[in-house]
Amino acid sequence: MSTVTTPGSVTASRGPSKPRFGGTLYRGREGMWSWVAHRITGVLTFFFLFAHVLDTALVRVSPESYDTVIATYKNPFVNLMEIGLVGAVLFHALNGLRVIAVDFWSKGPRLQRQMLWIIVAVWAVVMIPGAFFMFKHSFEVVFGSK
Amino acid sequence: MTAVQERSVSTPTEAPKSRPIEVKIRRYNPEISDEVTWVTYTVDAFPTDRVLNLLMKIKGEQDGTLTFRRSCAHGVCGSDAMRINGVNRLACKVLMKDMPDKLTIEPIKGLPVEKDLIVDMEPFFEAFRAVKPFLITHGNEPSKEWLQSQADRDRFDDTTKCILCAACTTSCPVFWTDGSYFGPAAIVNAHRFIFDSRDQGAEERLEILNDREGVWRCRTTFNCTEACPRGIQITKAIQEVKQALLFRRV
Repeated sequence: MSTVTTPGSVTASRGPSKPRFGGTLYRGREGMWSWVAHRITGVLTFFFLFAHVLDTALVRVSPESYDTVIATYKNPFVNLMEIGLVGAVLFHALNGLRVIAVDFWSKGPRLQRQMLWIIVAVWAVVMIPGAFFMFKHSFEVVFGSK
Repeated sequence: MTAVQERSVSTPTEAPKSRPIEVKIRRYNPEISDEVTWVTYTVDAFPTDRVLNLLMKIKGEQDGTLTFRRSCAHGVCGSDAMRINGVNRLACKVLMKDMPDKLTIEPIKGLPVEKDLIVDMEPFFEAFRAVKPFLITHGNEPSKEWLQSQADRDRFDDTTKCILCAACTTSCPVFWTDGSYFGPAAIVNAHRFIFDSRDQGAEERLEILNDREGVWRCRTTFNCTEACPRGIQITKAIQEVKQALLFRRV
């Protein structure tokens, strides 16, 4: 896109041809982004549950194969994913409470933004020490104090 | 005494200054090409100009082919809803003193574009008509005036303000991906009659909105409430309709 500085001049550039959709990103505010985050954390949690049902079902195959699979989870990468999972579930749960308040509390729609900042604060307060203690063991393994 | 005089002398009223604004507009004309183009125009704007003034200046002085809707130009008719710098606004209500030096203007999202900033509003009005936006009464004609208390009137006061500009419906992510969703505007106009103490068609309308494409598709993103040029608390109105459906209490 070339820039124009003199009044009266016109420039044109080609874009993708999608008359119905396309265009720039809608600049929604907190409400829209909390919904986007709610969707993403929901999908992430679903994929975890999918894997979790499968690995737990292995105990019906044999306790040994269950143990083998669970043993493969004991590494720092999966540990990071666990922290991500806790973060996703926690956000989804807290924002779920906010959405319930929006739907059932008469003051909910008016206070939705304040409620979002409250749940984000609660999320941070839980996640910062939570992530520290969850990752402590991996940190010690990776950097050799254990 | 003298100080007052000095002050009035030292600050003469300044004439408002205009500044150049780059207006980037999403253009589409199916009679010429199926391709969408972005065209940038540079126009001078005063702080008191509204975005609509700029569009009219472009159309009048630079490019007569630019196409957009506008009727009253005073925020009453709801013709000129468009996406200005990413959000749905009425072009006639956005003052240039509140805007940066660059504007990006697009048609409202989720309705088929016909030309430039004009979209086909028919799907929007179809949803509006579907909720029966008129007074429904049964039985004999009343022999005297229907009185309504202030409290009864207040219940639907907010939703009487709708001007059907479609800024709310086309700001809704659910509507973008699923055009069959009734959308905020239709629900607002249903709310206006559902909670009217004189109206007797609440059950009918609630049944229509109980549909899978009805109020339950609302994901409370609040985009509609932010976009409404009349300041209607749309998400709250939708919430009230949901509750009326859940508890069967109007």
